[in-house]
Parts: sequence; structure tokens; C-alpha cells
Amino acid sequence: MASEFAVEMRDVVKRFITPEGNEIAAVDHVTMQIKNGEFFSMLGSSGCGKTTSLRMIAGFEWPSDGEVYIEGKPMGHTPPFQRKVNTVFQSYALFQHMTVFQNIAFGLEMEGVGQEDIKKRVGRALEMVQLTGMERRRPKQLSGGQQQRVAVARALVKTPEVLLLDEPLGALDLKLRKEMQLELKALQQQLGITFIYVTHDQEEALTMSDRIAVMSKGKVQQLATPVEIYERPVNKFVADFIGESNFLEGKVQSISGTEAKIFIPALNAEVAGMLMSNQIVNGEDVVVSIRPEKLRIVESTAQGEGIFDARVLNSVYIGSDTHVYLDCHGIKLKVMEQNRISRLDPSSFYARDQIINIYMMPENTLVLKKD
Amino acid sequence: MLQRFRENKSWQGTFLALPTTIWLFVLLVIPLFLTLIISFGQRSPDGDVIFSFSLNNYTRLFGYSTDCPEGQASCFDPLYVNILWRSLTLAFNTTFIVILLAYPLAYFIARAAPKQRNMFLFMVLIPLWTNFVIRVYAWMMLLRKEGAINAVIGWVAHLLHIPFTPLEMLYTPSAVLVGMVYEFLPFMILPIYTSLEKIDNSLYEAAADLGANAVRTFLRVTLPLSMPGVVAGTILVFIPVMGTFIVSDILGGRQVILVGNLIQRQFLDARDPTFGSAASLILMVLTLIVTFFYTRKFGFGEEIVAA
Repeated sequence: MASEFAVEMRDVVKRFITPEGNEIAAVDHVTMQIKNGEFFSMLGSSGCGKTTSLRMIAGFEWPSDGEVYIEGKPMGHTPPFQRKVNTVFQSYALFQHMTVFQNIAFGLEMEGVGQEDIKKRVGRALEMVQLTGMERRRPKQLSGGQQQRVAVARALVKTPEVLLLDEPLGALDLKLRKEMQLELKALQQQLGITFIYVTHDQEEALTMSDRIAVMSKGKVQQLATPVEIYERPVNKFVADFIGESNFLEGKVQSISGTEAKIFIPALNAEVAGMLMSNQIVNGEDVVVSIRPEKLRIVESTAQGEGIFDARVLNSVYIGSDTHVYLDCHGIKLKVMEQNRISRLDPSSFYARDQIINIYMMPENTLVLKKD
Repeated sequence: MLQRFRENKSWQGTFLALPTTIWLFVLLVIPLFLTLIISFGQRSPDGDVIFSFSLNNYTRLFGYSTDCPEGQASCFDPLYVNILWRSLTLAFNTTFIVILLAYPLAYFIARAAPKQRNMFLFMVLIPLWTNFVIRVYAWMMLLRKEGAINAVIGWVAHLLHIPFTPLEMLYTPSAVLVGMVYEFLPFMILPIYTSLEKIDNSLYEAAADLGANAVRTFLRVTLPLSMPGVVAGTILVFIPVMGTFIVSDILGGRQVILVGNLIQRQFLDARDPTFGSAASLILMVLTLIVTFFYTRKFGFGEEIVAA
């Protein structure tokens, strides 16, 4: 391998002219390095620049500025058919006038592979996506999930260094999507090639990826492993976008190492928390984030730092968990408690207007830059 | 009764199709049947139809003649076979040229920005607002000896001091071909455009992604996916060209006689409706045969509906 990185985007900008004549940067100075053999996801809501980034790697768009490298080579204006990457399209983009076999064979024919070889390789690709026996079907005669597999097989049969997947499971129902997530992940591990996966579904990204780039407004907000992204978000956007979070506004009182004391005006109290950015300074207005499952309801007699009383607004039993909605001195909070003990006794659940105590553990209290 | 009607989908379908069915029966099926009967008849000396069962009109169409040189009772007269053959080849040539002209234009329009697309389609349709016959006469103005084309060439030749005798363009088979191509071009552009416009952009991207350059993408993806449009256009062009007589009448004069002209003259000038009917039916059968084999090979062209 020529490079440690399968794909690299260096300071890439993509500008578009809107129909109104304004210039907007769909991708705004994005730099990322995607390692060989990695399952890499670009995660963000629509318009965040993830698909445009993917399309620039594929070669359907060219950067306005910056450079895309594949296997260490600058791509410049190399057309898609000369790049060692293949794409699985959101719409599958299967050729309706061809059979499944012809669809998958298409890419090999373009390479000039011999008929015998094509037969073997298409056969193997079909086996890989468990579609053996479907060779003669037309795409229209397949279910959504099967069409999706054909699209994957058609791209993988070319043995690309990098497989680009643009929301490939978007059109499937939830159950099938979960199945395909595991299948795609297994396929990636088995083949050991780099997958670059674009999705707006955070759960999907967390389930499948080795690393995730969380994107918003054309910029990479955070590029890290799923655990880091969830447990150590760098700013409020990431904490809010990935999973759920309770946010409290405050001001930094003191900093010692990676820990800080934050004054929360609404509570008229200080809480201790972990600094998520080394750029936060004393006296700065910040946001404190606590995940609902990391906020603990403690005994009503408990007292001490980080313990506050709150009133129950609502308690929702959803089987595995109970979601408790609280009013803590005017701040709305959500607590998720796992129902670890089987019981039917309603008195063990929280009643409306009941006053309880919550505990914000310092290691669960994340101090984020206000954006 | 009303309740049962509401629940019965097939009755509803029949009901909706009824007006058109009656219309077609009265104005198509019955006349066609009459034409068939008349074609077996004979012309009386004063131009009436004598009903009989005779194949004379058909044998005459295919070259059987009793008006022969001395000593022969019957001989082969190629007059009408030539007319049929000329019509057939002209229809083929017209269709072929129209496809070659229409496809690139339709492709261009389909790939243009959506706003421009509508403008281009509008421009394609503008000529259709003018009467068919008037448009053919316009070509006469262009093509005749004192016409616009000769005038321009003559003027350029004059400036360059080259001797120039005006070209004889009108009343030639080429003039008829040019007129036919012009008249029927929109009927090819629209269905091809419709089928091209339906091709999702991601298919072109997928082809490129899988290693196909522009030429191979066109041959393997674009062309096959737009074939329904080409087929529909061919049907919309080939069939009318086979039967039209106005273009050849105006631009071909007495030089280019097609089946259409033959039929028209039998009914109006020669006052022989029996021979005219036979020619009409042969034209229909010929067209059906060609269309049958064509659609068997390429499908029926779903775009004919969209167009």
C-alpha cells in the first residue's frame, strides 16, 4: 500500500451557487484521514456536507479548493471511472434493463475481464450477499433489501480499495436495516477493505463504525471513535446530535487540570465537571451536559455537592427503562432509569409532583464550549 | 341497481369506455368494413360502384395488366408496385433521418437545466401551431427556383463572381424527404425526450463509477433505456409518413407519387373508389406488417402514452 491512509481530504472546500445566485460552501475546509481497512462514517443531518464529501471522493464532484487523496495520490480532476473506489448509491442506481447478473458483471466488462472470469467473480459476489440463484431476475423483481444487496455486490465485485456507501439502508424498514447493518459490518471485516459510510442515523453510525466524523454546516465537528463521540463530545452540537442530553448553562468558576467548577445560576450552586475542551478558560460562559442515563435519582435524605431537589413532571414506563421528566429549579431534566428488577408495584415508580433528589456525578458532568 | 354498479369495477370500466367504443365502431370499424366490400367491387363506366366479388383491383395493384403490347393478353406493369415501394422506402428514410436528428436534440434538452428544458420543448412545439399545409407551402417558397435558398446562393455566387444557375430543388424526391423530415421531427423529439428525461442521474454516475467512459455509458445505459422513446417515435412517424399525400403533392408535384396520392386521385380524379379502397387496404396491411415486426423486435414503446 502506497499510503497509510486509504483516503485523505486536505482542507477541501466545495462551493455551490444557489438558484438565488448566492455562493454557499457545502463543504467548508474539511480535513480528514481515513485509515486503510477502517469502517469510517460521516454522520450529520441533511445539508451538513457529508454526501458532497463522499461525492468528491467518488469523483462526481471536484473540490473548489483543497485536494482529495486516494491511496496517497492526489485525485485532482480524475474522472470516477479512473478511481479505485466504488459507490453504493442511496437509490441503488441499478440498471433496470439488465438482469442481476448483467448489473454485477457490468463493472468487470468495463475492465475487460474475460467471460469465464466474470462468471466466477459474479458468482462469488452473489454468494457474498446471499443472492445465489437470482442471476436472471430483473431489479424490479427483487425486494428492497435484495436490490440493496445487488448494489453492494455490483460495487464489491470490482474489488475496490475503498467502498463508498451513501445512506445505503435509508430506504429499508427498521428491522431489515438492523440486519443489513450487521451484514455490512461483517462483510467489511471479512474483506478488510475500507468502507466510507454516509448516514444521518446516529445509531447506525455508532453500531457500525470504527470512527465517525460528525458533520454540521459543511464542517467536521468531531472525528473520533463512537465511544469518544458519545462519552466525550467536543461541543454542544455533538452532545445534542448524538444521543440525548440535558443541558445547563453556566460560568466557569475555577479550573484544575481537566476538571472545573461551574456556577449554574438557575440552581444558584456550583457543580463539578470534566472539561471537554482545553480552550475553555476561567470565567467563560459554558454549557454543562449530562446524559439522561447518567443522571441519578438518589435518596431524598441525601445531601452534598452535586445533589439537587427536583419535582417529577411525568414518569413514562417503556419496558426496559423508565423515563422520568423533572423540573429542577426551572430547568427541565430527563432521567433514564433501567428497570433492573421485575416488579408490578406502582408505588415503586415515581408519582407526579413527587419531590426527589438527583445527583450530578462530576465524571458524568461534561463541560462544553458554547457554540 | 345503483349500489351494484358502484361495487362492480368491471361494469364501471365498460361504462367509461362506452362512448369511445361507439365512436370508433361507427367511424372506424363500419367504414373499414365498407372499404373492404367496395375494394372487391367494380367501377361502372360512369364512376359508380358495382358490387361484386372480384380481385381485379388487387391484381392490378400488384402489376397484373391487360393493357399490353401487341400479341399479349396480360403482362406485368410495375407502376403501382413502384409507388408502394417508393412510399415504403421514403417512410424508412424519413424515420431514420428523423431519429438521427431528434435523438441528439432530445438528449440536449433532457440534460439542460429544468427551467431551460420547458423553453426548449416549447420551441419544439411552436411549428405545430401553424397549419400543416401552410408549413409545407413555406418549404415550397424556400425550395423553388426563384425561392429563398436559390436567392441566397445566387447572391453569394454573385459576390464571388461565380456563375450560378438556380438549382432545381422543388418537385424532386429529396424535396419530399426534406418536407417529411421537417413535418414529423417533433413527433420523434417528444417521446425520446420523455424517456431520456426519466433516466435518473445516478445511473450515469453508477456507470462512471463502475468504469464506463462517456461512450460506453451511452451505448450500454442511455441508449437501451431510451429505446422505448425511439420505438414510440418511430411508430408516430412511420405510420403517418406512409399515408400522407400533402407533402408529396406540394413538394413532389407529379414527380413523386406515393400511395397517399394514388388513393386520393382514385377517389377524386379517376373516380374509381373500388381501386382506391383496395390501395387503402394494402397501405394499411403494409404498415401493420412493418409495425408488427418492428414492435416484436423492440417492444411497444411505453412512451407512446406519455407523448
